[in-house]
Formats: sequence, structure tokens, C-alpha cells
Amino acid sequence: MNTKELTAKSFELRRVVLDMIYRTKTGHIGGDFSVMDILVTLYYRQMHVGPELVSDPNRDRFILSKGHSVEALYAVLSDRGFFPETDLLTYSQFGSKYIGHPNNKVSGIEMNSGSLGHGLSLSVGMALAAKMDGAPYRVYTVMGDGELAEGSVWEGAMAAGHYHLENLTAFVDRNRLQISGGTEQVMAQDNLDARWSAFGWNVLHAAGNDVAALDAAVEQAKACKGKPTVILADTIKGYGVSFIENQAGWHHRVPTEEEYQKAAAELGERMVNAQ
Amino acid sequence: MNRIPNRQVICEVLNRHADSDRDIVVLCSDSRGSASLAPFADAHPEQFIEVGIAEQDLVSVSAGLARCGKKVFAASPACFLSSRSLEQVKVDVAYSNTNVKLIGISGGISYGALGMTHHSAQDIAAIASIPNMRVYLPSDRFQTELLMESLLLDDLPAYLRVGRNAVEDVYEEGNTPFELNRATVVHEGSDIAIIACGELVGAAKKAAELLEKQGIGTRVLDMYCVKPIDREAVIRAAKETRAIITVEEHTVFGGLGSMVSQITASECPVVVKNLALPDAPVVTGTSKEVFDYYGLNAESIAKLASELVK
Repeated sequence: MNTKELTAKSFELRRVVLDMIYRTKTGHIGGDFSVMDILVTLYYRQMHVGPELVSDPNRDRFILSKGHSVEALYAVLSDRGFFPETDLLTYSQFGSKYIGHPNNKVSGIEMNSGSLGHGLSLSVGMALAAKMDGAPYRVYTVMGDGELAEGSVWEGAMAAGHYHLENLTAFVDRNRLQISGGTEQVMAQDNLDARWSAFGWNVLHAAGNDVAALDAAVEQAKACKGKPTVILADTIKGYGVSFIENQAGWHHRVPTEEEYQKAAAELGERMVNAQ
Repeated sequence: MNRIPNRQVICEVLNRHADSDRDIVVLCSDSRGSASLAPFADAHPEQFIEVGIAEQDLVSVSAGLARCGKKVFAASPACFLSSRSLEQVKVDVAYSNTNVKLIGISGGISYGALGMTHHSAQDIAAIASIPNMRVYLPSDRFQTELLMESLLLDDLPAYLRVGRNAVEDVYEEGNTPFELNRATVVHEGSDIAIIACGELVGAAKKAAELLEKQGIGTRVLDMYCVKPIDREAVIRAAKETRAIITVEEHTVFGGLGSMVSQITASECPVVVKNLALPDAPVVTGTSKEVFDYYGLNAESIAKLASELVK
């Protein structure tokens, strides 16, 4: 897919997310929309993954450390054919395996997550396993910026730097909002360049809702030797629907019927415009 | 007197298998010395990972390795492994169902005078309450070896707790009955049953020998498999003897005594006395001094048993 098609895909999948959340009255729409372009870049452009590769030892590994954005991941996995689209109808319903955080009983999901601050260390373990086996696969994870307040993130960061895990790429979905408000008010996360550099990481920036920019950043990460790479992805929380964008209140709000209609129309428009 | 601590046996088993099984990986959190795993790190440096003093990282990294096909053994003091990294145990090991064997070293009150920060008198309660976690407390070096051999054959999570010091043998070399997840009958009798786990099985066995001299027949069950507990053995003990004493190096809440009491209460009510550590900071002292102080020795167990069958 070219950049235009990927961008259109990101709006198409945001619409899938919107439907899931509107239908079930649950989900984290702000973070889903924020992270979608990172997922689209990885799953349609960069990662060696697919439904035919779920047991392939050389598949790339992905951990959604900010697990509350699982609706976005479900939409992507379903579209990539990991499971039928009709499965999405069971999202968060009684007895479903499609719960509100990643669950590795779902095809294509490697590890359960949802408690913040686990994904980076899990990724370190996977990247170490690849190195031990001389295997070609790469490991990717996405953290939220609010998540960086978890101390365990920095244990993982330290180990990745120590072991020079160049096969590991971490994204920070830097949308500057968390459930209580702005990240800088809740717990300041500025100077991220200096923080990650100090832990031995290659630090890159990318426009986080721009698949071409993200794609270029991943290419740079793959070319970096001797260090893990963190891509600080400047995103907009709720990206794609104007009245949801940049509003802490839309962390996990469910749209009303009127809001749903407006959001669906806007996403449809943006999808058409992207093509 | 045996001088080989159970932790050393763990290292020997891993060393033996690591030559032919390159997927075995051992992780430590600056704990290779206290875990007796330095010989493994020296012999198999490419299968050993040091994470530094970072127990949360230890467990998550282990889970990541396991998800990529490694057979992971993560060793850290039981006090930290079972509390500092409990959430990683719950989510990354148990919930994600990864092949990580957690080795809690210097368990219980092994660290003696180092105090409450270093005691792990809550580890059974904490870890056994997590679905998909198994909890094993082997009693001596021979059983530790058989347990390790058995755990190497499966790909499921488990927590194994051993103490710091060498303990007297419960079994004999070449004559250690062992079936995974089945209690071992250490001493047979039908007046009273003592159900013990870990390194206090030795005290229970000695108590049975003291009771024999008084004409009291004692069944001693080595319940090294605290979870999944051998329910049938507990029910048989409840039906076939007059009372049960449980003995463990753990707080009185949520450990072996609680589990045995729960089973007997619902299946076959019988008097069950729990010998355990108190719900309070443990008194300062060596392991032996502490055990003696709280009545966790052969004499105290025997005294309680003879009172119960009077």
C-alpha cells in the first residue's frame, strides 16, 4: 500500500473502532485514534507478520504496552485477516476473548497487557531471545506517554541499553494527555530525548499521525546499530475527529448518537480526502 | 549431616541439562551468588542473563524470553520475587501463560536476623492465589532434584521456593518416592496426620519418630506441591486419622494450613491445628532459634500431637 492508501486505511479502521465503542458503550477512543497510524505503519508496511505467520519463529513481535488501545489493535488484526471481522461483534461481550485489553488467546496477540509498564521489559526478553538464537526478527512495542511514569519502564529501558538491543524499537505515543489531564501537569515528561539517550537509546522523532513519517523513522531505527531505538511519536489524542481531538475528557468517553453520526461522517470524509 | 543446600541442587540440575538443551535460560537479579547459580553463569554464559537489582524487569524479561521459546528459570530472593514483582508474575507469567519457572531463594525466614524486609512468610498466599500459578516447596535435596527434573518437562508457569541453608535429608539417595503433584508419605500411621511442606518436613518426620516411641502412629505427608495441593491425600488423612497438624514456614494466613483446613472443612471435618509463623513481624534470630521460638520443631509438633490424640 502506498502512503495515501495507508492514510485512508487509518481512517477506515478508526471508523471500525468508533463502531465497536459505540455499539458496546465501552473503550478508549482517544488513545485508539492517537495510536492508529503507528499500528497501520507497523502492520501494513514494516512488520513481518500475518495470519499465516502466527507460529513462525521468525515473525516480528509486537507488544501493545498501552493495552487500553486494544480496540485499535483489534481493528487492525481483523483487517489483516488474523480473525474474521464478525468476531469484533463480540468485543467486550459476555464470555468473549476480545476483552478490553490485549489477550494472547486472540490470534496475532503475543502477550496479555493492560497493566502499564510491562511491555518494554517483555520486549527486552523477546529481543534477547532473538539475539541468542541469531534470529532475524525484530521487536516493537508502543507505550503511552503517561505510561512513562511507571518505574518499571525504566528498568526495561536500562536493560535494553545495557544489552545494546538494536533489534528493539519502542514507540512513545506522545499525545500529551492522560486520563486526568495534560501529561506535563500530571507528571512532567519533557526532556524525553535526554532521558532516553541517558539510558543508551537512539532517539528519533516523528509526526505520529503521519504514516510516511513513521515509516521513515522505522527505517532509520532498523539502520541503527548497537542501540535500541525509541521513536517519540508526536500524536494528537483522538486524531481524526475534530471534536474528540486533544480533549482529555475523550480518554474513554462513549459518543452519543449525535456525536457518533458526526464522527462517522468526518472519518468518512477524511478517508475519501486521503485517497 | 547433609551440607548441600537445595539451591545448589537446582544449579546442578540446570547445568546438567543446559549442555544439551540450548533453550534453557537462567536469569538473576544480582542474585547469582545467593542463588548458587554462579557455576551456571560461568559454565553457560550465553544462557545466563543478568538484569541487575530489578525484580520487575527480571520477571517481564523472563516472560518475553519464554514467549520466544526459551525455558526460563528466574532466581531471586523469595521475599522480592513474591512481592516486588508480584504483578509481573500475575500478568506476564500466569495470565500470559509463559514457561517461566520462578525460583524463590532464601525463602521463609532463611535470612534470619536480616529482618522482615528479607523474610518471605507471605509468598505461598500471594502466589497461590493467582490462577495458573503452581507453588512448590521441596523438602530436601533429593526431592528438589526430582522436582526440577519434572518441571523441566513441562512448559507451564511455576513458583519454587527453597531455603538458604542445607537441611537434613528426608529421603535417601536413590530411594525418594516422587510423583508430581502428589504428596509423598514420609511416615505411615493412623492416629494422627502431620501435613508439612518445605524444609519443615524434616521436623515433622522427627516428630513422628518421637511419637512412635509413645505408641502414637503418625502419618506424615510431604505436601511439597502446595498448589495444586493433593486433595485426595488430605481427605484420606482426615478420614483415616483422628486429627491433622499442618506445619509450614509461612504466615498462618493463606498457606498450607489454610488450604488443608478449607479442604477438610468442606469434605471431611476433623480437628486441624496450624503450626505456622504468627501474623506479626518475626522475632530476630537464626532459623533454628526462630523455629524453636514459634514451636516449629519436632518436640513441639510431637507435644501437640500427643495432646490431640489423648
